[in-house]
Amino acid sequence: MAYPGAAREAFAREIESIRGQGLFKEERFIHSPQSSGILVEYPSGEAPRKVLNLCSNNYLGLSSHPEVIAAAHRGLDERGYGMSSVRFICGTQDLHRDLESAITSFLGTEDTILFPSCMDANAGVFEAVLGPEDVIISDRLVHASIIDGIRLCKAVQDSYKHADMGHLESKLEEHQDKRIRLIVTDGVFSMDGDLAPLDRICELAEKHGAMVFVDDSHASGFIGKTGRGTHEHFGVLGKIDIITTTLGKGLGGASGGCVSGRKEIVELCRQRARPYLFSNAVPPPIACAALKVLEILSRTTERRDKLEENTKFWRKAIREAGFVIKDGESPIVPIMLFNAKLSQDVARDLFREGVYVVGFFFPVVPAGQARIRTQMSADHDIPELEKAVEAFRRVGEKYGILGLDKKGIVARYGN
Amino acid sequence: MKDVILDYIRREYLDDEEAEEIRLDENTPLISSGIVDSFSMVSLKRFLEKKYSISIPDADATPEAFDTVSRILDLIARFRKEA
Repeated sequence: MAYPGAAREAFAREIESIRGQGLFKEERFIHSPQSSGILVEYPSGEAPRKVLNLCSNNYLGLSSHPEVIAAAHRGLDERGYGMSSVRFICGTQDLHRDLESAITSFLGTEDTILFPSCMDANAGVFEAVLGPEDVIISDRLVHASIIDGIRLCKAVQDSYKHADMGHLESKLEEHQDKRIRLIVTDGVFSMDGDLAPLDRICELAEKHGAMVFVDDSHASGFIGKTGRGTHEHFGVLGKIDIITTTLGKGLGGASGGCVSGRKEIVELCRQRARPYLFSNAVPPPIACAALKVLEILSRTTERRDKLEENTKFWRKAIREAGFVIKDGESPIVPIMLFNAKLSQDVARDLFREGVYVVGFFFPVVPAGQARIRTQMSADHDIPELEKAVEAFRRVGEKYGILGLDKKGIVARYGN
Repeated sequence: MKDVILDYIRREYLDDEEAEEIRLDENTPLISSGIVDSFSMVSLKRFLEKKYSISIPDADATPEAFDTVSRILDLIARFRKEA
């Protein structure tokens, strides 16, 4: 072992610098299962208190659903705890084949391959499929895991202004000489909650002979009439060449992700994608529970319908209370505060009021765009959301920001 | 040359609202302020290489070297000389 003092000091200085920039992240300990009401120990060491959770990705409220828990138990009892192997040695069970097939049917694609997470799917897919003769043209607000995946691949990289179709088209024209042009976007953008215009993206892709990649992690299970995702919402089922998504949000919330799409692309991932080749198979209890989630969602749209209803209520009520929100229709509802410190102060005061939210600021979102990201769940009900609106109203009043637009808030607090 | 690059940055990186709000000149921080993120910087590099017939090695295309138009002008001058 060699951990010289100089190394320790250098690392400690870096940690201090993270603190100094106000970017230090602290975990809060939750003493209950994930749900709309959780017991949170914060600050660390304090007695846990019950708060309304407005910041989880538990969109469909399935993280602690009795049927899902029972399925996970069954997986554990019948197929064990872990596989102790990567998929291609001795880590593939019938459960994995069944789950891949169920995801393929659910998303309306040709084939699917599971990864330990969607982060891993995004890290592996580009390098497995594209080379230096190809170009990736990505929306500038795509998730960090996509950017990491693109950086690992040898294709030419380019990007277009967020959701700007004119700019995307000019990039497609500029790269006509490439073998493959791959347009890359999130289905629902995680920080803004807006939807990528997949109908127009698919039109441009057809016009310019390009392929389309969508990360639908914040959409699978609830966007679109039957919850298939952003491609269903825009009427382009079957037209997306690569969909990556996660089982760690709406679809049960545990872990695991996938690449779903054209069968040759999925096969190339099976042969070459490094996170698939070099990490363990999704554990049997998770595979079994995810199968149950898809069965529930194929049986009824009740949960996505309730989520839609909660989202409509929340967007309207919080706007009427006098806050500025980003327009959209997804359950991600960013409440704009523009100033980083204000976003932290408001989040802290809301916690005292029994509402758990988190403030986001640069570099997680663009400078001057600090916000509190609220997320709806089918687990919420209207009376508890009404209470949350009241809490927001009280805190907004304290800071004198109710009814102010961007200019008003920036004039008062800076950005 | 300065105006050509500033114009490109406006068109390539700013949306309509930002174009109205942000005053750009040769000393405006681009990368450290978040106007251009380090991932999207590659299109600026490609533009400069094509427009001024130079080749900027990846090792020199750092966020620091691209942080203001003034520094970008220095970089162009350097690689034009080396060519």
